[in-house]
Amino acid sequence: MSALRKDPLNLIIAGVGGQGNITASQVIAQAALLEGLLPTIGETYGVSQRGGSVMSHVRLTAGTALGPLIPKGEADILLGFEPLESLQVAVEFGRPDIRVLCNPRPIYPIGVLAGDDHYPAVEKILEVLRRHIPYLGMVAATELAQQAGDIRSMNLVMVGALAASGLLPMKRGSYEEALSSLFQGPVLEVNRSAFEKGFLAFSARDLSN
Amino acid sequence: MDPLLLDEPGRKVLLMGNEAIARGALEAGVHYCSAYPGSPSSEILGTLSRVAPHFGIYAEWSSNEKVALEGACGASFTGLRAMASMKQNGVSVAADLLTAMSLTGSPGGLVLVVCDDPGGISSTNEVDTRHYARLADVPLLEPATFQEAKDMVRWAFELSEELHLLCMVRSVTRISHARGVVELGRLQRIQRRARMGPGERYASLPPCPKHEELKEKLRKARALFERSPFNTFTGPQRPDLVVVTCGTGWWYATEALRILGLEDRVGVLKLGTTWPLPEAFILRHLEAAPSVLVIEEPDPFLESNLKAILVQETAHTEGRVPRFFGKASGTVQGPYGSGVGEMNPDIVLEAICRSLNREVPKARQALKKQIQSEIDFALPKREVAFCPGCPHRASYWVMKNALRLDGRDGLLIGDIGCYSLGFGRTGYSMSRTMHCMGSAIGFSSGMGKLERFGLTQPRIAVVGDSTFFHACLPGLVNARYNSSAFVCVVLDNSATAMTGFQPHPGTGRTALGEAAPKLSIESLCQAMGIPVQVMDPFQLQAATALLYRTLQTEELQVLVFRHKCALLQSREEGLPARRVFVDADRCIGEQCGCNRFCSSAFGCPALIWDAKGGHASIDEVVCSRCGLCADLCPGKAIRILEEEPA
Repeated sequence: MSALRKDPLNLIIAGVGGQGNITASQVIAQAALLEGLLPTIGETYGVSQRGGSVMSHVRLTAGTALGPLIPKGEADILLGFEPLESLQVAVEFGRPDIRVLCNPRPIYPIGVLAGDDHYPAVEKILEVLRRHIPYLGMVAATELAQQAGDIRSMNLVMVGALAASGLLPMKRGSYEEALSSLFQGPVLEVNRSAFEKGFLAFSARDLSN
Repeated sequence: MDPLLLDEPGRKVLLMGNEAIARGALEAGVHYCSAYPGSPSSEILGTLSRVAPHFGIYAEWSSNEKVALEGACGASFTGLRAMASMKQNGVSVAADLLTAMSLTGSPGGLVLVVCDDPGGISSTNEVDTRHYARLADVPLLEPATFQEAKDMVRWAFELSEELHLLCMVRSVTRISHARGVVELGRLQRIQRRARMGPGERYASLPPCPKHEELKEKLRKARALFERSPFNTFTGPQRPDLVVVTCGTGWWYATEALRILGLEDRVGVLKLGTTWPLPEAFILRHLEAAPSVLVIEEPDPFLESNLKAILVQETAHTEGRVPRFFGKASGTVQGPYGSGVGEMNPDIVLEAICRSLNREVPKARQALKKQIQSEIDFALPKREVAFCPGCPHRASYWVMKNALRLDGRDGLLIGDIGCYSLGFGRTGYSMSRTMHCMGSAIGFSSGMGKLERFGLTQPRIAVVGDSTFFHACLPGLVNARYNSSAFVCVVLDNSATAMTGFQPHPGTGRTALGEAAPKLSIESLCQAMGIPVQVMDPFQLQAATALLYRTLQTEELQVLVFRHKCALLQSREEGLPARRVFVDADRCIGEQCGCNRFCSSAFGCPALIWDAKGGHASIDEVVCSRCGLCADLCPGKAIRILEEEPA
């Protein structure tokens, strides 16, 4: 069984409808299960799929199974698919030592497009986070997904980066096994490639500080 | 391998709550399953229909929840094990049958699984259907974990057969739409020949003797529940407080007690059988409790029933009622107040602190306290919106323009489906009503008779294709019979889109993936003598002209705006091989005078503003390449470039 540096280990995936948030949570949870951990996922979707905020709570434990919701202020890791969502979820759910991996590409809310609201500069959003948390890593996941052949595989680029970051205890092979168990055919190929691109893009860095 | 097919008792697999429910039915040897889709319940039948061929069982998407439950009852009358599943709204649709069915009972195990949505995360209400179990006098089970979701459903079939009574299992969003590890049990295949024996009759007459029989069944259920392993007490012998909880409340309470370090001072009485309540079991465990805190969602159902038991018990003895904390006392409060919204670990943690007169630990949400003051910019809200390429956006655009041309302040009467988003910005905030499936027709039918009271506003009743088959036919019959006048616009996107593209009677296929007769909305309307026309809403001008002309006729008419759901289209065929882009040379930005027409007026999430370039732009991460915006740009700056197939 994998050792957890903290138990329970709480991860949130934050994004907007259509970004493949729930699929990403399933891959991570399946990989954890393969290594003998007890994962629980809480998913928020439904109407949210239509352009609203979507959040998955992924909780890993070696003890007894947990409820699907992470208490406020108890998230250890945030996998952010979108900068604004990342900031809001980090503020509401993050522990002071939360580690964040973020795709900095914004998806604009409809009120912003209509000219009624203003989307803050992405750098400003990230700057606030950076000042207060021990680690904020950027992943150009949208661009890497495009290279993998399907922009919709951005979620698995992010999972690849997370796998490489060492923030979770699971080995690369477990994620790959999870991918094979959840997908097949051309979708599996694209997702594998996206995962690998995320993994490689992150591997050069070191999070241990 | 599909974990639903594994016959390896003891094997631990990751299952969604709804899959666990489906697995429980399979382990009980279910024969017949039916449902109408609705979040958060849809994946139950979705899962069962996927594996039905493997197990040789029957699964169907029914045309509505009452029919789904009726079908299951039909199977139960012949001795089969049957299950109907639905969201909370569906129980109200099926309620007439539910109250009749409890009086007659039936021989084959009959289970109604209801997935409530406390907080209304994907619903128009947060109705607590546990009241229906009490109303109809049927046993109610409430799983608190994924494992229990499976195990309780399996047990519910046995219980139903033992009692000769429908048994209700109530899940909620945080179980149904969540995933966790479940230990599999053995798959059962129960061979039964469906047959109604000679003299077997089921009628709720005469009502009073039948009602007494039902009460006797409930007494029997209560006796069984007194011994049920789904009811447990953990904690010290002399607790400072006992948390009485059911469903997800148990998860949150155990987590909150762990965070607070109070596990050895506070007891937890977890109830899995919540109607009828195991009174003796409860009284035994509350004997030593000075205080009780009840955690459940959203209504104080358990709380009220517990109080009734305690008062009844103590009224004639020297017993005492403990101090009661819960929703009535205002101790359990979410952001919207007491008895409103779903529970979570934070609400429960605060409620435990209040009950014990302790302060909430100060260190909680330390990061928020640090950061919040430093966010010196406004954070835009993220409203839900029609998807890029959604035909509903085109239809609402057409309706907006036709009503403007008409000039009589016409009313758009809304209904339930993806197009409910017409209530928001993306449907130009046009919908005036949104209540329940099919009510747009009934509302409009009533309004269509109000000319004598001075109503001059024309009416458009907007319903979807799945909604049309679900609940619109009786309303249209009524409108036709009573000569009510309005235009019914059916937004036909060829799927029950909001809940995950389930097939319906108009799609030509069944839950099992088999070909089915394709019911025609047009033919049904024609059979009622209602004039009907079909139009693609992407033909913006022609559709607007047609709707305008129809509004002038002042009679009951149906217009079908038919265009396949963009998500379904891209799932089936991928994105079209074309580029849709803003020609930066032609878009002159603010100088155009269009006031950013494409991004500000049309409301497509893919139409963005390139502030650096000073012109409109298309976000290709978001764009579905439908190309409708090319028709709208007054400067003809949005272009479509068809790509040669590779």
